[in-house]
Amino acid sequence: MCAHSLQGIAVMRPNFLKSFTIIAAVLLAGCPPKSEVGGGGGGNAANSGGDILIGEYGSLTGAQATFGQSTHNAIMMAVDEINGTGGINGRKIKVITEDDQSKQEEAANAVTKLISQNGVLAILGEVASSNSLAAAPICQSNKVPMITPSSTNPEVTKKGDYIFRVCFTDDYQGENIARYAATQLHIKRAAILTDVKNDYSTGLTTTIERVFTSLGGQIVAKQSYSNGDSDFRSQLTAVRTQNPEAIFVPGYYTDVGQIAIQARDLGMKQPLLGGDGWESPKLIEIGGKALEGSMYTNHYFYADPTPVVRNFVQRYRDRYGAIPDGMAALGYDAAHVLADAIKRAKKLDGPSLRDAIAATRNFQGVTGTINIGPDRNAVGKKIIIEEVKNGQLALKATIEPTASATPTATAAQ
Amino acid sequence: MQAFLQNLLNGIAVGAIYALIALGYTMVYGILKLINFAHGDVFMLGSFVGYYAGRFAIAHMQDTSGTWTSWFVAGAIMLLAMMTCGLFGYLNERIAYRPLRNAPRIASLITAIGVSFFLEYGGQFVFGPDPKFFPELVEKHVLQFGGITTTNYQLIVLVVAIIFMAILQYIVYGTKFGRAMRAVSFSYESASLMGIPTDRIISLTFVLGSALAAVAGILQGLSYPKIDPLMGILPGLKAFVAAVLGGIGNVPGAVVGGLLIGVIESFVSGSRFSNFTPAIAFVILIGILLFRPSGLFGKYEAEKV
Repeated sequence: MCAHSLQGIAVMRPNFLKSFTIIAAVLLAGCPPKSEVGGGGGGNAANSGGDILIGEYGSLTGAQATFGQSTHNAIMMAVDEINGTGGINGRKIKVITEDDQSKQEEAANAVTKLISQNGVLAILGEVASSNSLAAAPICQSNKVPMITPSSTNPEVTKKGDYIFRVCFTDDYQGENIARYAATQLHIKRAAILTDVKNDYSTGLTTTIERVFTSLGGQIVAKQSYSNGDSDFRSQLTAVRTQNPEAIFVPGYYTDVGQIAIQARDLGMKQPLLGGDGWESPKLIEIGGKALEGSMYTNHYFYADPTPVVRNFVQRYRDRYGAIPDGMAALGYDAAHVLADAIKRAKKLDGPSLRDAIAATRNFQGVTGTINIGPDRNAVGKKIIIEEVKNGQLALKATIEPTASATPTATAAQ
Repeated sequence: MQAFLQNLLNGIAVGAIYALIALGYTMVYGILKLINFAHGDVFMLGSFVGYYAGRFAIAHMQDTSGTWTSWFVAGAIMLLAMMTCGLFGYLNERIAYRPLRNAPRIASLITAIGVSFFLEYGGQFVFGPDPKFFPELVEKHVLQFGGITTTNYQLIVLVVAIIFMAILQYIVYGTKFGRAMRAVSFSYESASLMGIPTDRIISLTFVLGSALAAVAGILQGLSYPKIDPLMGILPGLKAFVAAVLGGIGNVPGAVVGGLLIGVIESFVSGSRFSNFTPAIAFVILIGILLFRPSGLFGKYEAEKV
């Protein structure tokens, strides 16, 4: 402390410090956490007659808005199909949707409201793993089954025995990205750019790094960013000095698009490689030419010629005028898996429905055959690798479940 | 060495934007002893005016790409954003701060936070909370100088920022208005006794600061096209730190502080410690408050007691 410099501003400093403390306090208190629900599992009373209430929470607005919108559209389409063919044992499904604005605390609030106020029987959502991780413990403690269509972080379903997913996990996805890069693209030196504020990104980074190095590859630069950043040039400059052959960017589409643009601005020509967080109709709109030659893993390919996919894409386009992305396909599958389980459930309450979902076997979905494994993850799903080519998504490879190490084993722990 | 120069350039480009915002903080503080926390959100407002005007221009005159016309249009958009934000700054001062001129300073400060929330959440309501992508107003080129790579956009940011800082320097030290501004900053009561229309000077200071924030908003939109209604929070706080670092109330100090924060951030995010980048500005703030609370160019040594 140098006392003489403090002396001079004795008049202004107390006010100034006080001001700053107040600002800090207000900013930190901006999003007060709501208390958790007290009502318990009794909320399903509303399901004793009339419509069957299903809750959905998702990022309809905010940084990952297309995730939530695609999922929501597909869920509504699935539910209308089910209701159009007589519903479930004569009862119609009614979906109550809550927007979580792509924020974790809002996801927790949304699920609390769906359970305690609306008394829903089951919950569908989220896409972003961080949001699912915030909501899952609330579903678990209220014994309300939750199916996440597309949260791939392994931790999500470890939150408890009421939490399920119909997609593959990041252990499986990360392994396949890394393996494809090392064995098919023959990449020896790669860099990783991680979003440190994102559970999905940090989880995927760990797996990619582990598998890529175990296959003889070398991670020559590791840099991080926080979602919502707009300047990635410094991180990319650090990557550039190591001159890797490819850059893994296991993040979400808004950031990926900008990272690609800034990498090209810095004269970097390497392809970017990523996971299903890239999947969004906005990806190419944002990144444009900068993404040419970049690749990512996905859950399904929209131009897949199999009848089940063609049929789904056709109906989605007729209804919404857009090509459904991977999130839509998984949202659709999640809704149908849930409806199928409700049909099979002995009683319409949380525990019976939970058992019915856990018993899902050989369900033919748009994203492939869905089997719910012992860890409540969909096991043995195929992985699609897509490439941005001439400003469009092109199918690069399909990895069948048997091609790599057993998904059941990797998904387990 | 190459990476060093590249990081330096990137840092200056980011820092120039912080500096433009910091100028608004420091001028208002200098004259009113008020930290206008809504200032970062005025920056956001400028970006959105530029976004809508830019989209309008691109939709209505498709034949201008890569010509002088596109530069003219970009200039007109910047002027429009400056006028809109200037008007907002005027109204903000007139409606929110002037009635509190004689209230305790903490009341104005809380009002500033209120205005800030109004802009952030009003912005989410009006513009929607989804990120938007700022149009490319002029054609983008990648440029190479020896080992460092840049774009014409980064150079535009630097040139425009320097031009506006020079204009501000002229206004503050070379015009009658600037002299009046410095007089009000020196002593509000004496200035008004000397016949200086203090209220008008304060209004104009807000207009000036807000117009500079609008310039920063447009430059931000050009170089980092993702904009959203909450985009002003972090740059606003960092520019505030820049103003404190330079010595709040000190105009050249704000420029130096802004550039320093930009460059330091750039070097940290280019290092192994890139996950500490968001914290670095605040570490600097704590350091400066502990060891040199008057800032690098502080001028409060002789403040009356």
